[in-house]
Amino acid sequence: MQEDKRIRIITGHYGSGKTEFAVNYTIKLSEEGKKVAIADMDIVNPYFRSREKKAYMEKLGIRVVAPLEGAANADIPALPAEIYALMQDSSYDVVLDVGGDAVGAKALGRYFDYLSRGGYDMLIVVNANRPNTGSPESVVRYIEEIERAARIPATGLINNTHMLRETTLDDVLRGQEVVEEVSRVKNLPVKYISAVESVAAQIPKGLQGEVFPIKMYMRPEWL
Amino acid sequence: MAKVLMKGNEAIGAAAIKAGCRFFFGYPITPQNELPEYMSRELPKVGGTFLQAESEVAAINMVYGAAGAGARVMTSSSSPGISLKAEGISYIAGAELPCLIVNIVRGGPGLGGIQPAQSDYFLATKAAGHGDFRLVVLAPASIQEMTDLVMESFDIADQYRNPVMVIGDGMLGQMMEPVELREPKKRDLPAKDWATTGTAGRNYRNVINSLALDPAELEKHNLKLQAKYREIEKNEVKYEVYNCDNPDIIAVAYGTTSRIVKNVIGKCKEEGINVGLIRPISLWPFPYDVINEYADRTKAFLSVEMSTGQMIDDIKIGANGKKPVYFYGRTGGMVPEPDGIMAEIKKILGGAK
Repeated sequence: MQEDKRIRIITGHYGSGKTEFAVNYTIKLSEEGKKVAIADMDIVNPYFRSREKKAYMEKLGIRVVAPLEGAANADIPALPAEIYALMQDSSYDVVLDVGGDAVGAKALGRYFDYLSRGGYDMLIVVNANRPNTGSPESVVRYIEEIERAARIPATGLINNTHMLRETTLDDVLRGQEVVEEVSRVKNLPVKYISAVESVAAQIPKGLQGEVFPIKMYMRPEWL
Repeated sequence: MAKVLMKGNEAIGAAAIKAGCRFFFGYPITPQNELPEYMSRELPKVGGTFLQAESEVAAINMVYGAAGAGARVMTSSSSPGISLKAEGISYIAGAELPCLIVNIVRGGPGLGGIQPAQSDYFLATKAAGHGDFRLVVLAPASIQEMTDLVMESFDIADQYRNPVMVIGDGMLGQMMEPVELREPKKRDLPAKDWATTGTAGRNYRNVINSLALDPAELEKHNLKLQAKYREIEKNEVKYEVYNCDNPDIIAVAYGTTSRIVKNVIGKCKEEGINVGLIRPISLWPFPYDVINEYADRTKAFLSVEMSTGQMIDDIKIGANGKKPVYFYGRTGGMVPEPDGIMAEIKKILGGAK
Protein backbone atom coordinates (compact mmCIF):
# COMPACT_ATOMS: atom_id res chain seq x y z
CA MET A 1 0.00 0.00 0.00
CA GLN A 2 2.81 2.32 0.92
CA GLU A 3 4.35 1.75 -2.49
CA ASP A 4 1.21 2.64 -4.42
CA LYS A 5 1.25 6.08 -6.01
CA ARG A 6 -0.36 9.02 -4.21
CA ILE A 7 -3.54 8.90 -6.25
CA ARG A 8 -5.15 5.46 -6.32
CA ILE A 9 -7.93 5.05 -8.84
CA ILE A 10 -10.17 2.08 -8.10
CA THR A 11 -12.10 1.03 -11.16
CA GLY A 12 -13.34 -2.09 -12.92
CA HIS A 13 -16.35 -3.94 -14.15
CA TYR A 14 -19.76 -2.97 -12.89
CA GLY A 15 -20.49 -4.85 -9.66
CA SER A 16 -16.95 -6.17 -9.21
CA GLY A 17 -16.69 -4.82 -5.66
CA LYS A 18 -14.83 -1.57 -6.35
CA THR A 19 -16.53 0.46 -3.64
CA GLU A 20 -16.11 -2.21 -0.97
CA PHE A 21 -12.42 -2.47 -1.83
CA ALA A 22 -11.99 1.32 -2.04
CA VAL A 23 -13.58 1.88 1.38
CA ASN A 24 -11.51 -0.90 2.98
CA TYR A 25 -8.33 0.38 1.34
CA THR A 26 -9.03 3.94 2.46
CA ILE A 27 -9.65 2.92 6.05
CA LYS A 28 -6.50 0.80 6.10
CA LEU A 29 -4.41 3.67 4.72
CA SER A 30 -5.80 5.90 7.41
CA GLU A 31 -5.00 3.31 10.08
CA GLU A 32 -1.39 3.39 8.88
CA GLY A 33 -1.30 7.04 9.88
CA LYS A 34 -1.66 8.61 6.45
CA LYS A 35 -3.63 11.78 5.75
CA VAL A 36 -6.27 10.23 3.53
CA ALA A 37 -9.08 11.38 1.31
CA ILE A 38 -11.59 9.35 -0.70
CA ALA A 39 -13.69 10.76 -3.52
CA ASP A 40 -16.96 9.09 -4.48
CA MET A 41 -16.90 9.50 -8.27
CA ASP A 42 -19.64 6.97 -8.97
CA ILE A 43 -21.92 8.50 -11.60
CA VAL A 44 -23.51 5.15 -12.50
CA ASN A 45 -24.81 3.35 -9.43
CA PRO A 46 -27.75 4.71 -7.46
CA TYR A 47 -27.16 2.53 -4.34
CA PHE A 48 -24.21 1.12 -2.36
CA ARG A 49 -21.93 4.11 -2.95
CA SER A 50 -19.06 5.17 -0.71
CA ARG A 51 -20.89 8.41 0.15
CA GLU A 52 -23.20 6.25 2.29
CA LYS A 53 -20.23 5.66 4.63
CA LYS A 54 -19.29 9.37 4.77
CA ALA A 55 -20.13 9.90 8.44
CA TYR A 56 -18.36 6.68 9.45
CA MET A 57 -15.16 7.50 7.58
CA GLU A 58 -15.14 11.13 8.70
CA LYS A 59 -15.17 9.92 12.28
CA LEU A 60 -11.96 8.05 11.47
CA GLY A 61 -10.42 11.31 10.29
CA ILE A 62 -10.80 10.59 6.58
CA ARG A 63 -11.74 13.39 4.22
CA VAL A 64 -14.71 12.24 2.17
CA VAL A 65 -15.47 14.07 -1.04
CA ALA A 66 -18.95 13.32 -2.28
CA PRO A 67 -21.73 15.19 -4.04
CA LEU A 68 -23.33 17.91 -1.92
CA GLU A 69 -25.63 16.70 0.86
CA GLY A 70 -28.87 17.54 -0.92
CA ALA A 71 -27.65 16.07 -4.20
CA ALA A 72 -26.36 12.73 -2.91
CA ASN A 73 -29.48 11.01 -4.28
CA ALA A 74 -30.16 13.42 -7.12
CA ASP A 75 -29.53 10.77 -9.78
CA ILE A 76 -27.45 13.21 -11.84
CA PRO A 77 -23.85 12.66 -12.90
CA ALA A 78 -22.41 15.68 -11.09
CA LEU A 79 -18.95 15.68 -9.53
CA PRO A 80 -17.88 18.17 -6.86
CA ALA A 81 -15.18 20.71 -7.69
CA GLU A 82 -13.42 19.62 -4.50
CA ILE A 83 -11.94 16.68 -6.41
CA TYR A 84 -9.54 19.18 -8.01
CA ALA A 85 -8.23 19.99 -4.53
CA LEU A 86 -7.29 16.34 -4.05
CA MET A 87 -5.52 16.30 -7.41
CA GLN A 88 -3.44 19.35 -6.40
CA ASP A 89 -2.86 18.94 -2.65
CA SER A 90 0.00 16.46 -2.48
CA SER A 91 -0.20 16.23 1.32
CA TYR A 92 -3.14 13.82 0.83
CA ASP A 93 -3.09 10.17 -0.07
CA VAL A 94 -6.10 9.93 -2.33
CA VAL A 95 -8.47 7.11 -3.27
CA LEU A 96 -10.81 7.69 -6.21
CA ASP A 97 -13.82 5.37 -6.10
CA VAL A 98 -14.93 5.33 -9.73
CA GLY A 99 -18.21 4.01 -11.17
CA GLY A 100 -18.24 0.72 -13.06
CA ASP A 101 -17.42 -0.06 -16.69
CA ALA A 102 -16.34 2.42 -19.35
CA VAL A 103 -19.38 4.58 -18.63
CA GLY A 104 -18.23 5.08 -15.04
CA ALA A 105 -14.59 5.57 -16.01
CA LYS A 106 -15.63 8.45 -18.24
CA ALA A 107 -15.74 10.56 -15.07
CA LEU A 108 -11.92 10.40 -15.00
CA GLY A 109 -11.60 12.05 -18.40
CA ARG A 110 -11.81 15.61 -17.13
CA TYR A 111 -8.83 15.07 -14.78
CA PHE A 112 -6.63 14.07 -17.70
CA ASP A 113 -4.38 17.11 -17.25
CA TYR A 114 -3.47 15.95 -13.73
CA LEU A 115 -3.45 12.20 -14.25
CA SER A 116 -1.51 12.18 -17.52
CA ARG A 117 1.54 13.46 -15.59
CA GLY A 118 1.70 10.14 -13.79
CA GLY A 119 1.70 9.97 -10.03
CA TYR A 120 -1.31 7.68 -10.01
CA ASP A 121 -2.13 3.99 -9.86
CA MET A 122 -5.23 2.79 -11.66
CA LEU A 123 -6.21 -0.56 -10.19
CA ILE A 124 -8.74 -2.77 -11.95
CA VAL A 125 -10.97 -4.77 -9.60
CA VAL A 126 -11.94 -8.18 -10.99
CA ASN A 127 -14.61 -10.57 -9.76
CA ALA A 128 -14.50 -13.64 -11.97
CA ASN A 129 -17.83 -14.78 -10.51
CA ARG A 130 -19.62 -11.97 -12.36
CA PRO A 131 -21.25 -13.20 -15.59
CA ASN A 132 -19.32 -10.87 -17.92
CA THR A 133 -15.84 -11.16 -16.43
CA GLY A 134 -15.46 -14.89 -16.02
CA SER A 135 -12.68 -15.31 -18.61
CA PRO A 136 -9.32 -13.55 -19.12
CA GLU A 137 -10.41 -12.38 -22.60
CA SER A 138 -13.55 -10.70 -21.26
CA VAL A 139 -11.58 -8.99 -18.46
CA VAL A 140 -9.01 -7.71 -20.97
CA ARG A 141 -11.81 -6.32 -23.12
CA TYR A 142 -13.28 -4.48 -20.12
CA ILE A 143 -9.89 -3.09 -19.13
CA GLU A 144 -9.31 -1.74 -22.62
CA GLU A 145 -12.74 -0.11 -22.72
CA ILE A 146 -12.11 1.47 -19.33
CA GLU A 147 -8.67 2.72 -20.38
CA ARG A 148 -10.14 4.29 -23.51
CA ALA A 149 -12.87 6.06 -21.53
CA ALA A 150 -10.50 7.16 -18.73
CA ARG A 151 -7.84 8.21 -21.28
CA ILE A 152 -5.10 6.74 -19.08
CA PRO A 153 -3.60 3.25 -18.83
CA ALA A 154 -4.28 0.89 -15.95
CA THR A 155 -1.32 0.05 -13.70
CA GLY A 156 -2.45 -2.98 -11.72
CA LEU A 157 -5.03 -5.68 -11.01
CA ILE A 158 -6.98 -6.72 -7.94
CA ASN A 159 -8.42 -10.20 -7.66
CA ASN A 160 -11.64 -9.63 -5.76
CA THR A 161 -13.39 -12.83 -6.82
CA HIS A 162 -16.07 -13.61 -4.30
CA MET A 163 -19.61 -14.92 -3.75
CA LEU A 164 -20.48 -12.53 -0.89
CA ARG A 165 -21.17 -14.50 2.30
CA GLU A 166 -20.85 -17.80 0.40
CA THR A 167 -17.24 -17.11 -0.69
CA THR A 168 -14.82 -20.01 -0.46
CA LEU A 169 -11.09 -20.30 -1.08
CA ASP A 170 -11.98 -21.99 -4.40
CA ASP A 171 -13.64 -18.80 -5.61
CA VAL A 172 -10.52 -16.80 -4.85
CA LEU A 173 -8.19 -19.34 -6.51
CA ARG A 174 -10.34 -19.61 -9.63
CA GLY A 175 -10.37 -15.82 -9.86
CA GLN A 176 -6.60 -15.78 -9.34
CA GLU A 177 -6.11 -17.96 -12.42
CA VAL A 178 -8.14 -15.51 -14.50
CA VAL A 179 -6.38 -12.48 -13.09
CA GLU A 180 -2.88 -13.94 -13.45
CA GLU A 181 -3.62 -14.72 -17.10
CA VAL A 182 -4.82 -11.13 -17.59
CA SER A 183 -1.61 -10.03 -15.89
CA ARG A 184 0.46 -11.90 -18.51
CA VAL A 185 -1.56 -10.65 -21.48
CA LYS A 186 -1.75 -7.02 -20.37
CA ASN A 187 1.64 -6.96 -18.65
CA LEU A 188 0.05 -5.56 -15.48
CA PRO A 189 1.02 -6.69 -11.97
CA VAL A 190 -1.52 -8.36 -9.69
CA LYS A 191 -1.35 -5.91 -6.77
CA TYR A 192 -3.87 -7.37 -4.34
CA ILE A 193 -5.95 -10.43 -3.63
CA SER A 194 -8.87 -9.22 -1.57
CA ALA A 195 -11.23 -11.45 0.37
CA VAL A 196 -13.27 -11.38 3.55
CA GLU A 197 -11.05 -12.00 6.57
CA SER A 198 -12.04 -15.65 7.16
CA VAL A 199 -11.24 -16.58 3.54
CA ALA A 200 -8.17 -14.36 3.29
CA ALA A 201 -6.61 -16.30 6.17
CA GLN A 202 -6.70 -19.49 4.04
CA ILE A 203 -5.03 -18.06 0.91
CA PRO A 204 -1.79 -19.97 0.27
CA LYS A 205 1.56 -18.27 -0.18
CA GLY A 206 3.23 -17.95 -3.56
CA LEU A 207 0.40 -16.25 -5.46
CA GLN A 208 0.92 -12.98 -7.25
CA GLY A 209 -0.35 -10.02 -5.23
CA GLU A 210 -0.58 -9.06 -1.59
CA VAL A 211 -3.41 -10.67 0.38
CA PHE A 212 -5.79 -7.91 1.45
CA PRO A 213 -8.40 -8.96 4.03
CA ILE A 214 -11.57 -6.88 3.84
CA LYS A 215 -14.62 -6.23 5.98
CA MET A 216 -18.07 -5.85 4.43
CA TYR A 217 -18.70 -2.21 5.21
CA MET A 218 -21.18 -1.64 2.38
CA ARG A 219 -23.51 -4.57 3.03
CA PRO A 220 -26.12 -4.18 5.78
CA GLU A 221 -25.80 -6.80 8.53
CA TRP A 222 -29.22 -8.27 7.75
CA LEU A 223 -28.35 -8.89 4.10
CA MET B 1 -25.35 -23.62 -14.81
CA ALA B 2 -22.90 -22.70 -12.04
CA LYS B 3 -23.80 -19.93 -9.66
CA VAL B 4 -22.82 -16.41 -10.67
CA LEU B 5 -23.02 -13.18 -8.77
CA MET B 6 -25.75 -10.97 -10.19
CA LYS B 7 -27.44 -7.74 -9.41
CA GLY B 8 -31.21 -8.09 -9.04
CA ASN B 9 -32.01 -6.04 -12.11
CA GLU B 10 -29.61 -8.02 -14.30
CA ALA B 11 -30.90 -11.31 -12.93
CA ILE B 12 -34.48 -10.42 -13.91
CA GLY B 13 -33.29 -9.88 -17.48
CA ALA B 14 -31.34 -13.13 -17.57
CA ALA B 15 -34.30 -15.08 -16.17
CA ALA B 16 -36.75 -13.50 -18.61
CA ILE B 17 -34.61 -14.38 -21.61
CA LYS B 18 -34.16 -17.91 -20.31
CA ALA B 19 -37.96 -18.15 -19.99
CA GLY B 20 -38.31 -17.31 -23.67
CA CYS B 21 -39.10 -13.62 -23.43
CA ARG B 22 -37.95 -12.05 -26.68
CA PHE B 23 -39.48 -8.57 -26.49
CA PHE B 24 -38.83 -5.77 -24.06
CA PHE B 25 -40.39 -2.34 -24.30
CA GLY B 26 -39.63 0.25 -21.67
CA TYR B 27 -38.49 3.66 -20.66
CA PRO B 28 -35.62 4.38 -18.23
CA ILE B 29 -36.09 5.22 -14.56
CA THR B 30 -33.94 4.64 -11.47
CA PRO B 31 -33.60 2.20 -9.66
CA GLN B 32 -34.33 -0.34 -12.41
CA ASN B 33 -32.18 0.95 -15.27
CA GLU B 34 -29.80 -2.00 -15.23
CA LEU B 35 -32.67 -4.16 -16.46
CA PRO B 36 -33.42 -2.34 -19.73
CA GLU B 37 -29.67 -1.87 -20.15
CA TYR B 38 -29.19 -5.62 -19.80
CA MET B 39 -32.00 -6.34 -22.24
CA SER B 40 -30.69 -3.85 -24.79
CA ARG B 41 -27.38 -5.73 -24.77
CA GLU B 42 -28.62 -9.30 -24.48
CA LEU B 43 -31.94 -9.52 -26.38
CA PRO B 44 -30.44 -8.87 -29.84
CA LYS B 45 -28.02 -11.78 -29.23
CA VAL B 46 -30.96 -14.22 -29.10
CA GLY B 47 -32.92 -12.68 -31.97
CA GLY B 48 -35.13 -10.64 -29.67
CA THR B 49 -36.11 -6.99 -29.78
CA PHE B 50 -35.35 -4.32 -27.22
CA LEU B 51 -37.03 -1.01 -27.82
CA GLN B 52 -36.78 2.10 -25.72
CA ALA B 53 -40.14 3.74 -26.26
CA GLU B 54 -40.75 7.49 -26.22
CA SER B 55 -42.67 7.12 -22.95
CA GLU B 56 -44.07 4.59 -20.50
CA VAL B 57 -47.47 4.94 -22.12
CA ALA B 58 -46.04 3.95 -25.49
CA ALA B 59 -44.05 1.10 -23.95
CA ILE B 60 -47.01 -0.56 -22.28
CA ASN B 61 -49.04 -0.32 -25.48
CA MET B 62 -46.21 -2.01 -27.37
CA VAL B 63 -46.43 -4.76 -24.77
CA TYR B 64 -50.16 -4.97 -25.51
CA GLY B 65 -49.44 -5.39 -29.21
CA ALA B 66 -46.73 -8.02 -28.82
CA ALA B 67 -48.74 -9.97 -26.25
CA GLY B 68 -51.77 -9.86 -28.56
CA ALA B 69 -49.63 -11.45 -31.25
CA GLY B 70 -48.79 -14.25 -28.83
CA ALA B 71 -45.21 -13.25 -27.97
CA ARG B 72 -43.57 -13.58 -24.58
CA VAL B 73 -43.07 -9.94 -23.69
CA MET B 74 -42.26 -7.78 -20.72
CA THR B 75 -41.75 -4.25 -19.54
CA SER B 76 -40.25 -2.81 -16.41
CA SER B 77 -40.29 0.46 -14.55
CA SER B 78 -40.28 2.00 -11.12
CA SER B 79 -43.21 3.51 -9.28
CA PRO B 80 -43.97 6.76 -11.17
CA GLY B 81 -43.43 4.92 -14.45
CA ILE B 82 -45.87 2.19 -13.42
CA SER B 83 -48.46 4.87 -12.67
CA LEU B 84 -48.04 6.05 -16.25
CA LYS B 85 -48.55 2.49 -17.48
CA ALA B 86 -51.75 2.04 -15.47
CA GLU B 87 -54.15 2.61 -18.35
CA GLY B 88 -52.32 0.14 -20.57
CA ILE B 89 -52.18 -2.46 -17.81
CA SER B 90 -55.96 -2.26 -17.48
CA TYR B 91 -56.35 -2.70 -21.25
CA ILE B 92 -54.04 -5.72 -21.15
CA ALA B 93 -56.03 -7.27 -18.30
CA GLY B 94 -59.30 -6.49 -20.09
CA ALA B 95 -58.10 -8.03 -23.34
CA GLU B 96 -56.74 -11.00 -21.33
CA LEU B 97 -53.18 -10.80 -22.53
CA PRO B 98 -50.25 -12.53 -20.83
CA CYS B 99 -47.18 -10.43 -20.05
CA LEU B 100 -44.74 -9.58 -17.28
CA ILE B 101 -44.58 -6.15 -15.69
CA VAL B 102 -41.67 -5.56 -13.31
CA ASN B 103 -41.94 -2.80 -10.73
CA ILE B 104 -38.76 -1.94 -8.81
CA VAL B 105 -40.36 0.32 -6.25
CA ARG B 106 -38.93 3.66 -5.10
CA GLY B 107 -40.14 6.12 -2.50
CA GLY B 108 -43.23 8.18 -3.34
CA PRO B 109 -45.69 9.76 -3.75
CA GLY B 110 -45.13 11.84 -6.86
CA LEU B 111 -41.65 11.81 -8.28
CA GLY B 112 -40.51 10.81 -4.79
CA GLY B 113 -36.92 9.64 -4.58
CA ILE B 114 -34.68 6.87 -5.85
CA GLN B 115 -34.24 4.88 -2.63
CA PRO B 116 -36.10 1.62 -1.93
CA ALA B 117 -39.76 1.47 -0.85
CA GLN B 118 -42.78 -0.83 -0.70
CA SER B 119 -45.34 1.89 -1.03
CA ASP B 120 -46.79 0.51 -4.28
CA TYR B 121 -48.59 -2.33 -2.48
CA PHE B 122 -51.95 -0.63 -2.97
CA LEU B 123 -51.14 0.10 -6.59
CA ALA B 124 -50.04 -3.47 -7.34
CA THR B 125 -52.70 -5.40 -5.44
CA LYS B 126 -55.75 -3.13 -5.50
CA ALA B 127 -55.58 -0.60 -8.28
CA ALA B 128 -53.02 -1.07 -11.02
CA GLY B 129 -55.53 0.64 -13.28
CA HIS B 130 -59.25 1.22 -13.71
CA GLY B 131 -61.94 -1.42 -13.76
CA ASP B 132 -62.62 -4.78 -12.12
CA PHE B 133 -59.37 -6.60 -12.73
CA ARG B 134 -56.58 -8.32 -10.91
CA LEU B 135 -52.87 -8.68 -11.50
CA VAL B 136 -51.02 -11.67 -10.16
CA VAL B 137 -48.43 -9.95 -7.95
CA LEU B 138 -45.28 -11.81 -6.94
CA ALA B 139 -42.83 -10.42 -4.39
CA PRO B 140 -39.44 -12.14 -4.17
CA ALA B 141 -37.12 -11.69 -1.19
CA SER B 142 -33.83 -12.77 -2.75
CA ILE B 143 -32.21 -12.60 -6.16
CA GLN B 144 -32.52 -16.37 -6.50
CA GLU B 145 -36.23 -16.20 -5.78
CA MET B 146 -36.55 -13.24 -8.12
CA THR B 147 -35.18 -15.27 -11.05
CA ASP B 148 -37.36 -18.27 -10.12
CA LEU B 149 -40.49 -16.13 -9.98
CA VAL B 150 -39.70 -14.20 -13.17
CA MET B 151 -39.39 -17.48 -15.05
CA GLU B 152 -42.57 -18.86 -13.54
CA SER B 153 -44.46 -15.62 -14.09
CA PHE B 154 -44.42 -16.08 -17.87
CA ASP B 155 -46.03 -19.50 -17.41
CA ILE B 156 -48.61 -18.14 -14.98
CA ALA B 157 -49.42 -15.33 -17.42
CA ASP B 158 -49.84 -17.79 -20.28
CA GLN B 159 -51.86 -20.27 -18.24
CA TYR B 160 -54.47 -17.70 -17.19
CA ARG B 161 -54.06 -15.17 -20.00
CA ASN B 162 -53.42 -12.53 -17.38
CA PRO B 163 -50.68 -9.95 -16.74
CA VAL B 164 -48.30 -10.71 -13.88
CA MET B 165 -46.40 -8.13 -11.87
CA VAL B 166 -43.13 -8.99 -10.17
CA ILE B 167 -42.59 -6.38 -7.50
CA GLY B 168 -39.31 -5.68 -5.75
CA ASP B 169 -38.17 -2.71 -3.76
CA GLY B 170 -35.15 -0.81 -5.08
CA MET B 171 -32.87 -2.75 -2.74
CA LEU B 172 -33.73 -6.02 -4.51
CA GLY B 173 -33.05 -4.41 -7.86
CA GLN B 174 -29.69 -3.07 -6.81
CA MET B 175 -28.23 -5.69 -4.50
CA MET B 176 -26.07 -8.58 -5.63
CA GLU B 177 -26.39 -12.22 -4.66
CA PRO B 178 -25.28 -15.61 -5.95
CA VAL B 179 -27.83 -16.95 -8.39
CA GLU B 180 -28.45 -19.96 -10.57
CA LEU B 181 -31.09 -19.96 -13.32
CA ARG B 182 -33.47 -22.87 -12.74
CA GLU B 183 -36.37 -24.07 -14.84
CA PRO B 184 -39.74 -23.74 -13.12
CA LYS B 185 -41.96 -26.77 -12.63
CA LYS B 186 -43.55 -27.62 -15.96
CA ARG B 187 -47.10 -26.39 -16.44
CA ASP B 188 -49.52 -27.60 -19.04
CA LEU B 189 -49.98 -24.41 -21.02
CA PRO B 190 -52.89 -23.89 -23.38
CA ALA B 191 -52.18 -23.11 -27.04
CA LYS B 192 -52.37 -19.40 -27.88
CA ASP B 193 -55.12 -19.96 -30.43
CA TRP B 194 -56.48 -16.49 -29.68
CA ALA B 195 -53.38 -14.64 -30.85
CA THR B 196 -53.46 -12.38 -33.90
CA THR B 197 -51.07 -14.36 -36.02
CA GLY B 198 -53.06 -14.44 -39.26
CA THR B 199 -56.17 -16.41 -40.21
CA ALA B 200 -54.24 -19.11 -42.10
CA GLY B 201 -57.30 -19.94 -44.17
CA ARG B 202 -59.80 -19.79 -41.28
CA ASN B 203 -63.08 -18.04 -41.88
CA TYR B 204 -62.82 -15.84 -38.76
CA ARG B 205 -60.31 -13.39 -37.37
CA ASN B 206 -58.90 -13.27 -33.87
CA VAL B 207 -59.58 -9.88 -32.32
CA ILE B 208 -57.67 -8.40 -29.38
CA ASN B 209 -59.84 -5.73 -27.80
CA SER B 210 -60.95 -4.33 -24.47
CA LEU B 211 -63.89 -2.27 -25.74
CA ALA B 212 -67.42 -3.60 -25.17
CA LEU B 213 -70.16 -1.02 -25.59
CA ASP B 214 -73.02 -3.35 -24.75
CA PRO B 215 -73.24 -3.35 -20.94
CA ALA B 216 -74.72 -6.85 -20.82
CA GLU B 217 -71.79 -8.13 -22.88
CA LEU B 218 -69.31 -6.25 -20.70
CA GLU B 219 -70.85 -7.64 -17.54
CA LYS B 220 -70.57 -11.12 -18.98
CA HIS B 221 -66.92 -10.49 -19.77
CA ASN B 222 -66.35 -9.26 -16.20
CA LEU B 223 -67.96 -12.37 -14.73
CA LYS B 224 -65.70 -14.51 -16.88
CA LEU B 225 -62.70 -12.58 -15.56
CA GLN B 226 -63.89 -13.01 -11.99
CA ALA B 227 -64.24 -16.76 -12.45
CA LYS B 228 -60.65 -16.79 -13.67
CA TYR B 229 -59.51 -14.78 -10.62
CA ARG B 230 -61.21 -17.28 -8.28
CA GLU B 231 -59.27 -20.02 -10.04
CA ILE B 232 -56.01 -18.10 -9.54
CA GLU B 233 -56.85 -17.56 -5.86
CA LYS B 234 -57.30 -21.31 -5.53
CA ASN B 235 -54.08 -22.30 -7.30
CA GLU B 236 -51.47 -19.60 -7.03
CA VAL B 237 -51.15 -18.51 -3.40
CA LYS B 238 -47.46 -18.54 -2.41
CA TYR B 239 -46.02 -17.85 1.02
CA GLU B 240 -43.33 -18.82 3.48
CA VAL B 241 -43.97 -19.60 7.15
CA TYR B 242 -40.86 -19.21 9.29
CA ASN B 243 -40.36 -19.89 13.01
CA CYS B 244 -44.11 -19.94 13.68
CA ASP B 245 -44.26 -23.01 15.96
CA ASN B 246 -44.81 -21.21 19.22
CA PRO B 247 -44.67 -17.50 18.55
CA ASP B 248 -45.33 -14.61 20.92
CA ILE B 249 -46.01 -12.50 17.88
CA ILE B 250 -46.00 -13.10 14.12
CA ALA B 251 -44.50 -10.49 11.83
CA VAL B 252 -45.90 -10.30 8.32
CA ALA B 253 -43.44 -8.91 5.81
CA TYR B 254 -42.45 -9.42 2.17
CA GLY B 255 -39.41 -8.67 0.03
CA THR B 256 -36.40 -6.98 1.61
CA THR B 257 -38.32 -6.24 4.79
CA SER B 258 -38.83 -9.95 5.45
CA ARG B 259 -35.05 -10.41 5.43
CA ILE B 260 -34.66 -7.72 8.04
CA VAL B 261 -37.35 -9.43 10.12
CA LYS B 262 -35.46 -12.74 9.91
CA ASN B 263 -32.46 -10.95 11.37
CA VAL B 264 -34.71 -9.57 14.12
CA ILE B 265 -36.04 -13.07 14.85
CA GLY B 266 -32.48 -14.21 15.67
CA LYS B 267 -31.85 -11.21 17.90
CA CYS B 268 -35.17 -11.66 19.72
CA LYS B 269 -34.42 -15.34 20.37
CA GLU B 270 -31.33 -14.26 22.32
CA GLU B 271 -33.65 -12.32 24.62
CA GLY B 272 -36.20 -15.09 24.95
CA ILE B 273 -38.81 -13.54 22.66
CA ASN B 274 -40.17 -15.84 19.98
CA VAL B 275 -41.08 -14.00 16.81
CA GLY B 276 -42.58 -15.79 13.81
CA LEU B 277 -42.72 -14.63 10.22
CA ILE B 278 -45.36 -15.10 7.56
CA ARG B 279 -43.95 -13.93 4.27
CA PRO B 280 -46.48 -13.48 1.48
CA ILE B 281 -44.75 -14.31 -1.80
CA SER B 282 -47.89 -13.74 -3.84
CA LEU B 283 -49.29 -10.38 -2.71
CA TRP B 284 -52.27 -11.15 -4.90
CA PRO B 285 -53.65 -13.68 -4.35
CA PHE B 286 -52.89 -12.87 -0.69
CA PRO B 287 -52.45 -15.80 1.76
CA TYR B 288 -55.53 -14.90 3.84
CA ASP B 289 -56.12 -18.50 4.95
CA VAL B 290 -52.60 -18.84 6.31
CA ILE B 291 -52.97 -15.67 8.37
CA ASN B 292 -56.30 -16.93 9.65
CA GLU B 293 -54.85 -20.29 10.62
CA TYR B 294 -51.96 -18.76 12.55
CA ALA B 295 -54.20 -16.21 14.24
CA ASP B 296 -55.10 -19.06 16.60
CA ARG B 297 -51.46 -19.56 17.59
CA THR B 298 -50.18 -16.03 18.21
CA LYS B 299 -51.00 -13.10 20.48
CA ALA B 300 -50.74 -10.56 17.70
CA PHE B 301 -49.55 -9.76 14.20
CA LEU B 302 -47.09 -7.06 13.24
CA SER B 303 -47.01 -5.78 9.69
CA VAL B 304 -43.50 -4.59 8.81
CA GLU B 305 -43.27 -2.53 5.65
CA MET B 306 -41.31 0.10 3.81
CA SER B 307 -44.48 2.15 3.58
CA THR B 308 -46.91 3.76 5.99
CA GLY B 309 -48.90 0.53 6.30
CA GLN B 310 -50.48 -0.65 3.07
CA MET B 311 -50.63 -4.37 3.90
CA ILE B 312 -52.37 -3.98 7.27
CA ASP B 313 -55.87 -4.29 5.78
CA ASP B 314 -55.10 -7.61 4.11
CA ILE B 315 -53.65 -9.03 7.32
CA LYS B 316 -56.77 -7.86 9.17
CA ILE B 317 -58.99 -9.58 6.61
CA GLY B 318 -56.97 -12.76 7.16
CA ALA B 319 -56.99 -12.47 10.95
CA ASN B 320 -60.72 -11.76 10.80
CA GLY B 321 -60.76 -9.99 14.18
CA LYS B 322 -59.20 -12.90 16.08
CA LYS B 323 -56.02 -11.01 16.98
CA PRO B 324 -54.84 -7.42 16.83
CA VAL B 325 -52.70 -6.27 13.89
CA TYR B 326 -49.94 -3.76 14.67
CA PHE B 327 -47.71 -1.90 12.29
CA TYR B 328 -44.10 -0.81 12.06
CA GLY B 329 -42.63 0.81 9.00
CA ARG B 330 -40.29 3.33 7.49
CA THR B 331 -41.06 5.13 4.29
CA GLY B 332 -39.78 7.54 1.66
CA GLY B 333 -36.72 5.43 0.90
CA MET B 334 -35.73 4.68 4.50
CA VAL B 335 -35.03 1.02 5.28
CA PRO B 336 -36.19 -0.26 8.69
CA GLU B 337 -33.35 -1.05 11.09
CA PRO B 338 -33.50 -4.33 13.02
CA ASP B 339 -33.31 -2.39 16.31
CA GLY B 340 -36.36 -0.30 15.43
CA ILE B 341 -38.44 -3.40 14.67
CA MET B 342 -37.25 -5.09 17.85
CA ALA B 343 -38.17 -2.09 20.00
CA GLU B 344 -41.66 -2.11 18.49
CA ILE B 345 -42.07 -5.83 19.22
CA LYS B 346 -41.06 -5.30 22.86
CA LYS B 347 -43.47 -2.40 23.15
CA ILE B 348 -46.36 -4.49 21.82
CA LEU B 349 -45.59 -7.53 23.95
CA GLY B 350 -45.01 -5.38 27.02
CA GLY B 351 -48.39 -3.78 26.54
CA ALA B 352 -50.08 -7.14 26.00
CA LYS B 353 -49.05 -8.49 29.41
